[in-house]
Amino acid sequence: MTRLQKVLWAAVAVAVIAAGGLAVYGSRAPEVATDTASSVSAAFELTDHDGVVRTAEDFRGKWSLVFFGFTNCPDICPTTLGEIAQVMDDLGPQADAVQPLFISVDSERDRPDQLAEYVPQFHPSILGLVGTPEQIEAAAASFKIFYERVPEETAPDGYTIGHTSQVFLFDPDGGFVRLYGYGTPAPEITADLRARIDAHG
Amino acid sequence: MRLFGIAAFALALLTTAPPVLAGGEDVVIEDAWSRASIGTSRPGVAYMTLQNTGAEPAVVTGLRTNLAMMPMIHASTTDAQGVTRMSHMEEVKIAAGEAVALEPGGLHVMLMDLQHPMVEGESYALSVIFADGTEATIEVPILGIAARGPSD
Repeated sequence: MTRLQKVLWAAVAVAVIAAGGLAVYGSRAPEVATDTASSVSAAFELTDHDGVVRTAEDFRGKWSLVFFGFTNCPDICPTTLGEIAQVMDDLGPQADAVQPLFISVDSERDRPDQLAEYVPQFHPSILGLVGTPEQIEAAAASFKIFYERVPEETAPDGYTIGHTSQVFLFDPDGGFVRLYGYGTPAPEITADLRARIDAHG
Repeated sequence: MRLFGIAAFALALLTTAPPVLAGGEDVVIEDAWSRASIGTSRPGVAYMTLQNTGAEPAVVTGLRTNLAMMPMIHASTTDAQGVTRMSHMEEVKIAAGEAVALEPGGLHVMLMDLQHPMVEGESYALSVIFADGTEATIEVPILGIAARGPSD
């Protein structure tokens, strides 16, 4: 066995051990964020895609679906935007009780006018929000979400952004209710929202 | 999980036989679709399924289309904390008899430097280039901006 082969097998072994660890703890993964649920709150001051300064209080009285992304994101963000658009269509009249909010974590490129030409294309009910780097940081801290600018030569402008891809649900009083993991099918979200709206009255 | 990427790469290096590769004629590409774009300033996306009907692995090494100057394969991965990241794939291997799906939330073609807007209802030609030098060219239909699958 060459030295290189030894190193390679060592890498495989470390991964196998890590995989074992993940199998034990990874199955609890969706609950990781829920563990901190009590501390998740929607506190922010951001500018919407019409140029209006908004805070979480503006959306009280409706169920809020909040998710994060950036408009140069070709895969995850349009998929979630499309999923939420489907939910809003399927909710019918009950859609009036729901406000989807798309918060950009890319203050460098996403200005309100960029969001205005992008976000409503998915569904007119979805409101895009963005702010200064400090405002986004403050919002992220409140929602307990993660985002990071990652240098990527092959991405537009040489960077991409890793970010929390779950959808957050807040009740009409602004209380955190739950997360929908990335890829939760629209019908599942719709059914869950229906039940909650019916129960809430 | 960068660790698993390294491990997979290590394992691949250890187990790779001398390369005898399948190519364009053995790979059937189905269910290709794209989302409409708004203008040309943001990257577009394409999804498809690549089925390797050959007896040898096939390796996708590149893409070409008049629609975008830099078409490339990227992978979105979501970790246990629900954080999604995107990384560039130099190549994508399709084992003999297996299929690889490029679908939302996973592997996808990122279309950088769009040359014109992607209009719903139109289509464009995309060539998939394989390691053996062969190519497979498909026509990709452009669906609505909020499409989530090939039948939307």
